[in-house]
Amino acid sequence: MMAQPVIKIKGLYKDYQTTAGSFPVLKNINLAIDEGEYVAIMGPSGSGKSTFMNILGCLDRPTTGSYFLDSHDVNQLDNNELATLRNKTIGFVFQGFNLLARSSLVDNVALPLVYARDQKDLRIKVAKKILERMGLGQYFKSRPNQISGGEQQRVAIARALVNQPKIILADEPTGNLDSKTSDEIMKIFDELNQIGNTIILVTHENDIADHASRQIRFLDGKILEDHKTKKSKVTK
Amino acid sequence: MLFSMLSEAWHSMGANRLRTFLTMLGMVIGVGAVVLMMAIGEGAQQSIKRSIDSMGTNLIVILSGFSSTQGSRSSSGNSSALSIGDANAIKDLEDIEMIAPISTGNAQVIFGGNNWNTSIIGTTPSYFLIRKWYTEKGEIFSDDDIRSASRVALIGKTVAENLFAEVDPVGQTIRVQKNPFTVVGLLENKGQSFDGRDQDDVIIVPISTAQRKLLGNQIPGSVRMIMAQTKSEKYMGLVEDTITDLLRQRHNIREDLDNDFSVRNLTAMAKTASETTKTMSILLGAIASISLLVGGIGIMNIMLVSVTERTREIGIRMAIGAREQDILLQFLLEACVISIVGCVIGVVLGLGGALIVKKIVGAEIIISIQSIVLAFSVAASVGVFFGYYPASKAAKLNPIDALRYQ
Repeated sequence: MMAQPVIKIKGLYKDYQTTAGSFPVLKNINLAIDEGEYVAIMGPSGSGKSTFMNILGCLDRPTTGSYFLDSHDVNQLDNNELATLRNKTIGFVFQGFNLLARSSLVDNVALPLVYARDQKDLRIKVAKKILERMGLGQYFKSRPNQISGGEQQRVAIARALVNQPKIILADEPTGNLDSKTSDEIMKIFDELNQIGNTIILVTHENDIADHASRQIRFLDGKILEDHKTKKSKVTK
Repeated sequence: MLFSMLSEAWHSMGANRLRTFLTMLGMVIGVGAVVLMMAIGEGAQQSIKRSIDSMGTNLIVILSGFSSTQGSRSSSGNSSALSIGDANAIKDLEDIEMIAPISTGNAQVIFGGNNWNTSIIGTTPSYFLIRKWYTEKGEIFSDDDIRSASRVALIGKTVAENLFAEVDPVGQTIRVQKNPFTVVGLLENKGQSFDGRDQDDVIIVPISTAQRKLLGNQIPGSVRMIMAQTKSEKYMGLVEDTITDLLRQRHNIREDLDNDFSVRNLTAMAKTASETTKTMSILLGAIASISLLVGGIGIMNIMLVSVTERTREIGIRMAIGAREQDILLQFLLEACVISIVGCVIGVVLGLGGALIVKKIVGAEIIISIQSIVLAFSVAASVGVFFGYYPASKAAKLNPIDALRYQ
């Protein structure tokens, strides 16, 4: 079975305009990621991996070059269409969890469905189901500050999954967690990949990147290395 | 969608209660002031309008004496320059509908054990027609009563209340300066005049009777004033001039001398009074609207702070799929909820204030639905207007910068 590339990038450049002139951050990136892949994007600070992540997540646009996400030409989309794409096609998981502090966990998880214009009953039902799947069934009405960091990241993953996105973008998902909790979170990603989710991790830790079946290294705005590991490491 | 955003707006307001309350207070005071000022203004206008209506329409009043204040001259109404003859001459003018000569004075009125000092008006039956003043009970006196100078009297509501209490005054005999008068009618309630006198504190008798029996020391046939009603409002200025010329001629006043009477256009005066009141209430409303404006600026200020504080939240929302208009609507709704809730409280306080003013000052207060609707819609638009800029600022944030914001 031939997997369909969900991400297709050709000749992508990104410049930042500064007072000193334009400053290239990404130079001639070419990349295809198939559905169901488990990719780790690595590189030191300043290598351009965060900018690349922002472009992948449709939070930013390339200066030149093409980016097709789920066969949408991102360059052709206006801001509203980009928002819809972020809402339906991408699930974000951030290093700092980025949950809404004043909202309950259920409301946090259901928020993407609000912007997808789903009915309230449905939103709550779906959000509760996913929270239960994440083992947080007892915390529906809690606030993010009432639970641990690992639990918060599980809520964030639940939020990323709630709209059944094509890809999950995780930016240093374990950066704020201790190693034991990191393992737990990575286990969730492994499992999600096993049931067919496309996962893209941004990380600078090798043992986190080792979970992925493909590692892409950035350096000075270019892809330095792009190789598949034999088999994804599955935590027991 | 809208409902869940509304409930979210409500929750985020609750997150910083004191701040929300203080912001709202600006709107509360603004709306409360508008409602209160409009109630007072409309009340004043209404009471002026009622006094004007009670006065009669197209009225010209001719007073004996000088209207001029130069030198030492007697004030108007004091000399005895006007006569019944003048009144009849004015009556024959083309544009005059009716006239009523009037003599006035004060007297102690006695019934049984009660007595009351009140003003006496001596006049003719046309007085009641000009002033559109009818009896509540009994009849007005007739021209025959004028001719025979009969001792009959009509009494105002206030006099009736003070002298008779429970007794039906019609048919009773009262004593005015030792003269017995038969009460032939009780006049209906007329209320305050626009200069604040109680028009019901009066007894009205035939002018002939008044001059002969009650106001004895006057020159026979002289009257204190003449009330004239013109046929139309249009030519009142012209009629004033005609009357002035006629009376100067009748009184043989030389070209270079002042009038010994004064002509006043009461309708014009009343109009001026009513316009003054109107201007006043517009002014009050304008001042109150300024506080509404200040309240709006307060909302804008707080919304700007709130947008800055919640930059990260906005970034998160954008990352998970909020469109620009979703963010715009969210902050706009918050501003609107603050101003509308503030408005409701303001209306309630304004109405309460109006009732207190009514109780304490006794001023007439009119609360109209229009003023509430007006205050409400103005407040809502203030919310939208001043909420729009911060909301659009929020909506235009760059999601990456917003997400990075600490």
